[in-house]
Amino acid sequence: MAVDRRQFLKVAGISTLLGIGGKTAFEILSPGRLEASSQKIPLTTGKRWAMVIDTHKMDEGLIEKCIEACHREHNVPNLDSQKEEVKWLWKEDYHHTFPNQQHRFTMHDIIHKIVPVMCNHCSNPPCCRVCPTQSTWQRDDGIIMMDPHRCIGCRFCMAACPFGARSFNWGDPRRVMTDDSLKESNPDFPQNPEYPTRCKGVVEKCNFCAERLAKGLEPKCVEVANDKKEAAMIFGDLADPESEVRTILNERYSIRRKPELGTEPNLYFLI
Amino acid sequence: MYDGGKIIVGLLICLGFFLSPFFYNAGKAAKVPNPQLTEIAKEAQTCVMSKDYMTTSHFTLLDKWRNTVVRDGERYFKGENGKIYYKSLQMTCLKCHANKSKFCDQCHNYMDVNPYCWDCHIEPKESE
Amino acid sequence: MLERALEGNKGYWGWLIFLLLIMGGGAACYLYQFNEGLRITGMSRDVSWGFYISQFTYLVGIAAGGVMVVLPYYIHDHKAFGKITILGEFLAIAAVIMCLLFIFVDLGNPVRIMNVIMYPTPNSILFWDMIVLNIYLVLNLVIGWNVLSAERKGVHYPSWIKPLIYLSIPWAFSIHTVTAFLYAGLPGRHFWLTAIMAPRFLASAFAAGPALLILLCLIVRKVSNFDPGKEQIKTLGGIVAYAFILNIFFLLLEVFTAFYSGIPGHTHTFIYLFAGLDGFNKLTPWMWFSALFAVIALILLIVPATRRKEDTLAVACVAVILSTWIDKGLGLVIGGFIPNPFERVVEYWP
Repeated sequence: MAVDRRQFLKVAGISTLLGIGGKTAFEILSPGRLEASSQKIPLTTGKRWAMVIDTHKMDEGLIEKCIEACHREHNVPNLDSQKEEVKWLWKEDYHHTFPNQQHRFTMHDIIHKIVPVMCNHCSNPPCCRVCPTQSTWQRDDGIIMMDPHRCIGCRFCMAACPFGARSFNWGDPRRVMTDDSLKESNPDFPQNPEYPTRCKGVVEKCNFCAERLAKGLEPKCVEVANDKKEAAMIFGDLADPESEVRTILNERYSIRRKPELGTEPNLYFLI
Repeated sequence: MYDGGKIIVGLLICLGFFLSPFFYNAGKAAKVPNPQLTEIAKEAQTCVMSKDYMTTSHFTLLDKWRNTVVRDGERYFKGENGKIYYKSLQMTCLKCHANKSKFCDQCHNYMDVNPYCWDCHIEPKESE
Repeated sequence: MLERALEGNKGYWGWLIFLLLIMGGGAACYLYQFNEGLRITGMSRDVSWGFYISQFTYLVGIAAGGVMVVLPYYIHDHKAFGKITILGEFLAIAAVIMCLLFIFVDLGNPVRIMNVIMYPTPNSILFWDMIVLNIYLVLNLVIGWNVLSAERKGVHYPSWIKPLIYLSIPWAFSIHTVTAFLYAGLPGRHFWLTAIMAPRFLASAFAAGPALLILLCLIVRKVSNFDPGKEQIKTLGGIVAYAFILNIFFLLLEVFTAFYSGIPGHTHTFIYLFAGLDGFNKLTPWMWFSALFAVIALILLIVPATRRKEDTLAVACVAVILSTWIDKGLGLVIGGFIPNPFERVVEYWP
């Protein structure tokens, strides 16, 4: 089943119109798969999720909107501290994101370009290799998942990730609801009553919105970005040669972060 | 018996220590749990499994749910009545049982169990 | 045998009470951390392992270093070491227990530690580290206990202990090799990504462990009527000398590869540690102290006259311990995280 962006948007749109939850969206997407999931066939089979980011279209303002939407969607607190901060999606300049793909005379505009960064959902993930409890692992569809129920907080995955994609809950994230100095910057935490928060002592990171994909919705950042600028972020199935991600990777030049390490990131940047 | 006095005193102290919870709680009767159903729950008539199963083993089911949802990506559950449910503590269970303090906490407090579900999963807002 | 530990003079009890007070203080701090979370440690999402893990790494070395008295005695039949193998074994026990505790206090969710056994994961080096450390602890407990009680009774230890002793020798190498693999297999951490991580760890372990043992022997001779022997200390001094020279040699190899190849990622941490990077240099004075102690130790250990004299040997041992402790227990683990994956410098101090 090919799910490209347009289909996705249509489905998402219809389900929003109907005002009902994920069930409907999913049934429209693929009749029978909901039934299959209840018969122990996961929703992940036969897919290879990837994301393409058009750096020309993603300006800093838009990235910030995506970050805010992502962090609200997943109840990520604003801890206001470089040491303790938790982030799933954030911004970084080209210079620091692609340290080996530049030189002294690279165009000024590119070197200082702000790009969105998050977990790369690598095909060959070192984080999953090192986890002693399989709290983080690779799903069939390529998503690197975290099971916060099982994480013991050893932080080996944070040492293993070459992209700094992982954050640790150094304290209880819910303290932002009571701590006087943090209350102000987190007025409505937890913002999404349909998603949990985390507890202290576990690692967390971007999950490619696995919970939204299960309902036939695109990741939140993709939805927000495309709402403002068409095809600024493209999400889809690499296993499908007809998918929009495959088409655009075939047509435009793209790069990935630190390809020399062999982790095979699934985040592609159009430069 | 050498040092008989010391041994007996020691044994008595140990015995007293082990029995201390009984002395501590003596004469106090804990309130018998009385879980209440919300209107939505009453209307639905049935939970995802039979009432007996849910009363004795809801935690087994929840544990299975969390593992299959998070780890295996199986998000839907076919209930005993043939209905398909979205497997989610926060979104499915607590939509019906929106009265945590009058439902969940009743037995949990009586049995003195502290499930850490609520460390992360958000409790429903109850209107008092 | 334990009842012997309950007899002693005032000084002995005073020392025990002093140690108990320190342990109590540690437990109280841990309770505070258990409630507040690891945020009180100063670690961050950039430097996500700090003092706990670096102390663990250093102490694995001390534990493995004990084998340097066991090996010559049992394999080369170096009779003189018979008297001090017990010291080596119990030093290893103490060090491994501390290792395990350092890992435990570093966990964000210590109550879930059994998940490591409930969901065994052979592809995780940490899983193997848990196995080798625990088995090494059991091995040393069984061996140390039996050998010591046999010696007290004036009889030979039971013969079934012998295979365990032989097993414990390669096992000591394994604990430090596996610990090195924790670091040496991670892509993107250039400072750690080196094939000689394990030999480097072993060399520093075989220098620091016996150095501590020498100091221990000198103290034991002073406070008790047990004399570990002059000959033994002299031989240990030789072992420390060889191991420490190897350790420095390996370190210089790393420096050569990094700077002669000129690959930026490989040089960054060295520059940060010894000169400071982007204006950050919190660890620089420490690293130069480490280098200074290393030079002092090298001179005192290489010159035969100073190595054979117990006073100067003691100074050399202190210098070895300080130098390797700063290098491994501070620079190696923390330095590996700097600069971060975005080539920015975020410093750490406990």
